[in-house]
Amino acid sequence: MRPGGTTPADAPGGSTPAGPAAAPVLLQVEDLRTGFEADGRTLVAVDGVSFTLHVGETLGLVGESGSGKSVTAFSIVRLVQPPGRILGGHVRFRGRDLLALDEAEMRRVRGADIALIFQEPSTALNPVYTIGDQIAEALLVHGRASRREALDRAQELLEAVRIPDPATRLRDYPHQLSGGQRQRVLIAMALACHPALVIADEPTTALDVTVQAQILELLRDMQQRFHLSLLLITHDLGVVAETADRVAIMYAGRIVEEGPVRTIFREPAHPYTRGLLASIPGGTPGERLHAIEGTVPSLDALPRGCAFGPRCPDRFAACDAERPPAYPVGADHTARCFLHRTT
Amino acid sequence: MPLVEVRHLVKEFPRRRRLLRPVPGVRAVDDVSFTIEEGETFGLVGETGSGKTTTGRCLLRLIEPTSGEVRFRGEDVLKASPARLRELRRDMQIVFQDPYSSLNPRMRVGAIVEEPLAIHGLGTRAERRRRVDELFGLVGLDPAHRDRYPHQFSGGQRQRIGLARALALNPSFVIADEPVSALDVSIQAQVVNLLLDLQRRLQLSYLFIAHDLRLVRHICSRVAVMYFGRIVELAPTAALFEAPQHPYTRALLSAIPVPDPDARPSRLVLDPSAFDRAAPLREVRPGHWAAVGE
Ligand SMILES: Nc1ncnc2c1ncn2[C@@H]1O[C@H](COP(=O)(O)OP(=O)(O)O)[C@@H](O)[C@H]1O
Ligand SMILES: Nc1ncnc2c1ncn2[C@@H]1O[C@H](COP(=O)(O)OP(=O)(O)O)[C@@H](O)[C@H]1O
Ligand code: SF4
Ligand SMILES: [Mg+2]
Ligand SMILES: [Mg+2]
Repeated sequence: MRPGGTTPADAPGGSTPAGPAAAPVLLQVEDLRTGFEADGRTLVAVDGVSFTLHVGETLGLVGESGSGKSVTAFSIVRLVQPPGRILGGHVRFRGRDLLALDEAEMRRVRGADIALIFQEPSTALNPVYTIGDQIAEALLVHGRASRREALDRAQELLEAVRIPDPATRLRDYPHQLSGGQRQRVLIAMALACHPALVIADEPTTALDVTVQAQILELLRDMQQRFHLSLLLITHDLGVVAETADRVAIMYAGRIVEEGPVRTIFREPAHPYTRGLLASIPGGTPGERLHAIEGTVPSLDALPRGCAFGPRCPDRFAACDAERPPAYPVGADHTARCFLHRTT
Repeated sequence: MPLVEVRHLVKEFPRRRRLLRPVPGVRAVDDVSFTIEEGETFGLVGETGSGKTTTGRCLLRLIEPTSGEVRFRGEDVLKASPARLRELRRDMQIVFQDPYSSLNPRMRVGAIVEEPLAIHGLGTRAERRRRVDELFGLVGLDPAHRDRYPHQFSGGQRQRIGLARALALNPSFVIADEPVSALDVSIQAQVVNLLLDLQRRLQLSYLFIAHDLRLVRHICSRVAVMYFGRIVELAPTAALFEAPQHPYTRALLSAIPVPDPDARPSRLVLDPSAFDRAAPLREVRPGHWAAVGE
């Protein structure tokens, strides 16, 4: 028994000390566009998204609901369902354009190279199979092991994600585990085939804050141990600050600002990013919070100019005429905002 | 006299019987006591399933408590007759977490806001209509939109509609059960500001149930921390955040993600075997209670 009942956790991880920008490129998304057909029209949910992810790096993709984060993730692994459709762009993974692969090749990539972790750990697991069977299945599908080996490896994986008493848990069904444990199982399944890239879509949004802290620490730990690249989708700027090396802020289907995590938090260049950071509760208790006025626009009623224009405190004449392109605002830092036009 | 006084509140939900033998129920709320003063915002935090919503609903008898006492302005709510309870509920209102499921999708929003007035038979139709316009204005909605349906509004706007309805009968006490958790980050601040403005203008007292501890720190005067149905710590907000006493509170506060890339928060892992879950609350400093031994 420990006095006080609490012990300091392992030192939290965070950005890798060796500059990840020096590492080789793993994933390069270029001008990705994905739309949904509705009433004979196409709503463009992801509209010209570009970013680069290096080996061992974590990119935090931040935005409000409906901004296009999940559609971006599904597009990368080509799991967009009709009426959705990838309209254009490139997704280069280790130099190969995934959008040009045939379906069989793509399935191999999804199993072996890129893994996904979703928000809702309860729906991502099949309720009628045991945890052990499901992890083993993930290993068998990709032809990595015999059944006996697969179960042994499943137990190792549960150990790796720090599930207590893994041998027993293998025989449990999903409903017998807590939400945090189910998320650990999903992380174990994601790691089963040693992927190079993990895409985690709001992996802690459904969890309590104490469990969230543990899962984030586990992700950081796994990332360093296996030298993974991580695309972490979240709406929580606190989660991003603790986990990401770089940050991309999405608004209405576009990345409006991108840069190293410190730059984004210390010198945000886009009025939307500035507004988001200012609206985090803090400052003098009881005072009104800084709020971004207005509402998130719907895709079928986007303004002709800057999509953030109707809510922007800095809007000026140029903003209404056309969409702002991404302007460089510093080392490795861009913002889609006319405030940063230099000529 | 405190506005709200809760003493030894217990709510047991029946568990499914096994082999026809009765089994003890689940104690969702287990001997909970606290008071809320006039004009204050009292925060209730704790993990999912710790009993926050059940506590809030027991105060209004939307769920009947198993035992205990709830007093509102000194009057015993649990002993109130059905007629008296209806009157009391004019003064005690609740706003729910989910702005999507808490509004009737087939009713126009004007009628949703008017309904409490109609149920209590207050005013003529014209007077009620004027009151609805006034309420729309109060929560920052355009009265011209009264004939629309809930699905035509965004989440933040729907939360404003829920709030207008809760305020229709001029309550003095509002239970806000995770009122902004389902909203987008940029919309949360708007709704929080509205809650703060309304509190000042209408002298409201709030029971604010939340899991965003940064927000609780910002708007609550005192906070109670629930763990497995019990309050394990209760203190003025600043004292709770600066000097948490209970191991669970410490673990909880240490887990808050910090929006600063250079912060390296040191996380505490809770060891549930290291403290007595049944320990009674003890006043460790004036006004600061914690379920810790001497
Ligand atoms: N199955 C679908 N059918 C039609 N539109 C969709 C579908 N899925 C997503 N969308 C649209 O794409 C946009 C982006 O959605 P999504 O990527 O899920 O947002 P986020 O993950 O950022 O909350 C949304 O505005 C939504 O309307
Ligand atoms: N109607 C009900 N029937 C049975 N159990 C319930 C019911 N409502 C809540 N519970 C249980 O009571 C406990 C407390 O739930 P709740 O008050 O909703 O917690 P919180 O709001 O803190 O998440 C949980 O274990 C929950 O499963
Ligand atoms: S382009 Fe104009 S409207 Fe858009 S964010 Fe920049 S200043 Fe605001
Ligand atoms: Mg999403
Ligand atoms: Mg609740």
